[in-house]
Amino acid sequence: MENAIEIKGLQTHYGDREILKNITVSIPQGRTTVILGGSGCGKSTLLKHLIGLLRPTKGQIIIKGKDISGLQEDELNEVRKKMGVLFQGAALLNSLTLGENVALPIREHTRLNDSTIGIMVRMKLDQVGLSGFESFCPSQLSGGMKKRAGLARALALDPELLFFDEPSAGLDPVTAAGLDELILKLRNVFRMTIVVVTHELASVFTIADYVIMLDRGEVAFNGTLEELKASDNEKVRMFLERRPEKETYSPDDYFRVIAGD
Amino acid sequence: MSSIVEGFFGAVGRMALPLRRDVHDAAKIINSAFYWSFISPLKGRPIRFRASISEMVKAGYNSVPIVATISLFVGIILALQAAYQLKRVGALIYVANLVGVSLTRELGPIMTAIIVSGRSGSAFAAEIGSMKAAEEIDALTTMGINPVRYLVVPKLVALMVMVPALTVLADLIGIFGGFLLATTAVGLHPYSYFQQTVNALLIKDVFTGLLKAWAFGIVITLVGAYQGFKVEGGAEEVGRRTTASVVTSIFLVIIVDLFFTSLFYFFT
Repeated sequence: MENAIEIKGLQTHYGDREILKNITVSIPQGRTTVILGGSGCGKSTLLKHLIGLLRPTKGQIIIKGKDISGLQEDELNEVRKKMGVLFQGAALLNSLTLGENVALPIREHTRLNDSTIGIMVRMKLDQVGLSGFESFCPSQLSGGMKKRAGLARALALDPELLFFDEPSAGLDPVTAAGLDELILKLRNVFRMTIVVVTHELASVFTIADYVIMLDRGEVAFNGTLEELKASDNEKVRMFLERRPEKETYSPDDYFRVIAGD
Repeated sequence: MSSIVEGFFGAVGRMALPLRRDVHDAAKIINSAFYWSFISPLKGRPIRFRASISEMVKAGYNSVPIVATISLFVGIILALQAAYQLKRVGALIYVANLVGVSLTRELGPIMTAIIVSGRSGSAFAAEIGSMKAAEEIDALTTMGINPVRYLVVPKLVALMVMVPALTVLADLIGIFGGFLLATTAVGLHPYSYFQQTVNALLIKDVFTGLLKAWAFGIVITLVGAYQGFKVEGGAEEVGRRTTASVVTSIFLVIIVDLFFTSLFYFFT
């Protein structure tokens, strides 16, 4: 199995706090990889490293044979043209219409004329089921429609790598399932490498081929979906069975906590 | 003893470290704003012309009524205050000199800059800040679009053009306000007031005023952009940063004014 992204010894800090501790995993080509984990485990931070928004303290992120952690801004932009990102809140530019939002990366990176760009925009919006909405403003849309529009923008330049940050957060189950379906379609039809950060178990079982589970900045598990289901790792079982973490306080500890020292 | 010394240096360090980071962030924004405005067009990456025009309309054209009204009143007030003193020495005609020179050299640029900081500087901080809070800035970056080039450069170009332009307007209308008052309430002859103004003004007075206005435009844009990009949290911080941008830009406009005025006093 060929790898699209390789992460080697990734370490990162916010100030003095260590967020990711020596992460070494690889993300297979042409598959859907889900990065799983509880809140605050560092999964969003890992995603921000993969799309080049944060630079690691140490370690390498190799995308298509290039270590992006050491690239200059110009070189990084070349890599970014092959990437599409759907942010948690869709992050459409509110001052532009849907059509202009989708056209933005095309206008910026190609020299196509307006009528060609118009056709491409309508194609991309149609792909996500939003044809006829190009003159709408983001503020006129529902949450699910915004996400789909954000996906159309991410697809604008036909990326090889597609990243999703919490795609089903804040959506009703039906809309979330629709988005999952769209993710499956993109993998099956376009053979894209897809990376999804989420903690929604339902969508993990639908879309994932490969799973990376993080726990407190470390890789707790990585393997295929079948391996995840069969795993007897305590952390994985807790997550899959929705068991709360055990109280580890002794009465003495509790006293120390409330006394404030 | 040593603990007092330690405490002192500790306090200084704790104050200096965030300041160092602020200076670093500000320098980064200033550096890339100037790079994308002046250097990269020479390398074949032009500034966004249409966006610059629309920023000019928002920041310049739309503030014409308020700038005109305020400078008319400032002109009248100046003429009144000047007449109050000059009447005693029987030199009422010098109202024209005082109004003309103080407006073009000082009050025109500074009133315009203060109005523009309040209107546009705060709007820049709020716009960029709310985009930062909604991950729109991150989205631009991941699309390979430099946020400074996309957002700040059109605003910088707009204010570099529009603050001097508004200053010219403020000068003219302010002088007209002084003229109105002097020819009606004070009773000066319109033609002699006009002639006196023309004789009193030097090209230098107008030019130094416009140069200052140009610098104020840069200061206002960069402060607004800096405060906007500093937003980390949500809506509450956008509000805080917007207020901070107005206060800081008015403060820095005055500092820059002091610098330029003393420069012109000694070197022209």
